[in-house]
Amino acid sequence: MRIAVTGLGLVTALGWGAEANWAAMREGRSGVRAITRFDTEGLKTRFAACVDLPDDRPGAPLSVAARARRLGEAAIAEALAQSGLPAPFPGPLCIGLPPVEIEWPQRLALGGADYPALIAAASGRVDLQEEFLFGATATHLAERFGTRGVPQTVTTACASGSSAIQMAIEAIRRGECEAAIAAGAEASLQPETLIRFSLLQALSTRNEAPEAASRPFTLSRDGFVMADGAGALILEGEDHARRRGAAILGWVLGAGEAADTFHRTRSTPDGSAIIRAMERAIADAGLAPSDIGYVNAHGTSTPENDRMEAMACRAVFGGAPPPVSSTKSMIGHTLSAAGAIEAAVCLLALRDQILPPTINGDDPDPELGLDTVPASRPHAFRAALSNSFGFGGQNVSVVLGRADGD
Amino acid sequence: MTRPVHILGLGLASSLGDGAAAHRQWAQGAPVVDEARFAPHPVHPLAPLPFAESIPRRESRQMEDWQRLGTHAAGLAIADAGAQDRVAGMDLVVAAGGGERDPALDAQILAARPSEPALHAMLQSGLRPTLFLAQLSNLLAGSISIVHKVGGSSRTLMGEEIAGAEALRMAWARIGAGTSDLGLAGGAFIAERPEIMLLHAMGGRLHRGPWAPMDARPGMVLGSAGAFLLLGTEGGTARLAHVGTDQGRPEGSEARLDALLAAAPAPLPGAVEIWAGPFGTPRPGLRLADAFGHAVEAAFPLAVALGALAVQAGAPQARIAMQGAWRGEAVAVVEQA
Repeated sequence: MRIAVTGLGLVTALGWGAEANWAAMREGRSGVRAITRFDTEGLKTRFAACVDLPDDRPGAPLSVAARARRLGEAAIAEALAQSGLPAPFPGPLCIGLPPVEIEWPQRLALGGADYPALIAAASGRVDLQEEFLFGATATHLAERFGTRGVPQTVTTACASGSSAIQMAIEAIRRGECEAAIAAGAEASLQPETLIRFSLLQALSTRNEAPEAASRPFTLSRDGFVMADGAGALILEGEDHARRRGAAILGWVLGAGEAADTFHRTRSTPDGSAIIRAMERAIADAGLAPSDIGYVNAHGTSTPENDRMEAMACRAVFGGAPPPVSSTKSMIGHTLSAAGAIEAAVCLLALRDQILPPTINGDDPDPELGLDTVPASRPHAFRAALSNSFGFGGQNVSVVLGRADGD
Repeated sequence: MTRPVHILGLGLASSLGDGAAAHRQWAQGAPVVDEARFAPHPVHPLAPLPFAESIPRRESRQMEDWQRLGTHAAGLAIADAGAQDRVAGMDLVVAAGGGERDPALDAQILAARPSEPALHAMLQSGLRPTLFLAQLSNLLAGSISIVHKVGGSSRTLMGEEIAGAEALRMAWARIGAGTSDLGLAGGAFIAERPEIMLLHAMGGRLHRGPWAPMDARPGMVLGSAGAFLLLGTEGGTARLAHVGTDQGRPEGSEARLDALLAAAPAPLPGAVEIWAGPFGTPRPGLRLADAFGHAVEAAFPLAVALGALAVQAGAPQARIAMQGAWRGEAVAVVEQA
């Protein structure tokens, strides 16, 4: 059974809505800029691809949990409206989300001078618990849209959004439901998380030129750029979509995953785990590597990822890999949402037969041997591969297909 | 369902001790409780466990006890099944909360009440880089893959106790549908952490004062436990006949649980019933939390593993039911293989 996509939603630093994002990507715009919602004095990285909200107040920005909920709600609402499916939604919510916890503004506002006092002060603050429980964000979204059953809230780090798509197509294929929402929402950009990623030396420190900081596949790439964002796809079994006369925007043709057993932050040196994820996704789609006309790379702009991913692409596709671009060059790394956002981008690219670019490629790394699409361009293709490789060795690839001609 | 799902191995560690042998009489003995450390809230503390033997030192240094406990319990399940040679194709589903914070640094910040730039400076100089990897939720699964070489696939679900049930349901459904042949599912929970007490105190239902049994107290008592089940298509001594989960608004919880029970295989005479929820209830079943405290993400896998032990010991069937503290309902049935 093929899985149809009947709705898309996107929120990134480039804007609100799938079409606004797609227009900005085709123009090669950057959404990366200086962080303004908290004080960045003294921090090693002082920029990100931020989605600020009217509720962000000086000294009291929204928590990760609250922002992820709002971004996820916007993306899902957009996708649902496009799909024309009624509420309550006839299937589960599968969503990649960041881990959350109470943050420093709320801890300090409680007023305790040590943990026992903090625990006593927080006792009975149901409002805080319903913001910071691990299941809270997805539960609020599930209840907002009336989805069925337990919201499947997945964290496979940077692969979470792709894992959500995979869990949704599995549930439809198993016959547990006829439709599912697959989404990802990310808002980890708060001071402590930014500092923790900095301490791992994972982030770009190009503070003097934020728009040029996310530069995947270049010689001068120096780390990823944190980003807020959300993406959502409405997925249905083909029969279900056709029966109700829905407009089919494209297909999720397959997904593949592989766990790496090598290291917490690095791939097996031979790339075997990420190669396996890509090959499994292509096989699950019933395709051969030569059927893939475009790869939306994980492409984080870290020295390690881009080298390994280029090697894996050459291994999977042989001497002539298809064009490979990283839209993270424009929207930064939306971590838990990246897989959902980038799958939606692939579907828009397939629809219009236009490749989104990898911007900032003024000094391409010649060792990588890839066509990284320096500017958007027309391209005839029927299937795209979206890669997501997570910290912790959790790798997922998804194959998207073009709608027309079916 | 197209294929039966068998329970090939169990990995258990808790306040009662290490491994299946320490857990067979769980419903008979006295609980292990520490009433002082987080007074007025009692906890069931983790028993001393041989992490130094089960986890290489190089890896253990990258972890705190939450990941160590889960990695240890996962290893016990693999060893119990004798499946060490099948790890490369094993699919992993973990239910996870967050890992440990640095409570000493948190305490310094709470005492200092710094300005925003001063707070950031304290974090920048005080946080250990490796602590982030110990804290990230998906890094329990990552640690299990690295230490035990579990290399099929890896997923981590979030959402407190219902995530533990959903992880088990996902592994069970995938094996039943033929999209996985060998699935390792479970979770770990360390109660003895100030930030965990903080999160659950917010709900206003953490028990205060001396320990009391579940049905004699209004609140919940947290307890540390890790539990993993290795599921496959044949062998083992028990069969995971059914897992059902649901979630919705709290006012519909009793009706949803009734529906899940009605959809499960019928009770057999002599079935063992286990109640895996954190609070007292008129519903039947041995009270999991009276022996272990509430182990949140690990509670449901722990209860199903104990059900499997009961079936191994001769019970015709074990029936496990749960309502989460905030959301979620789950039912599982274990039967003779």
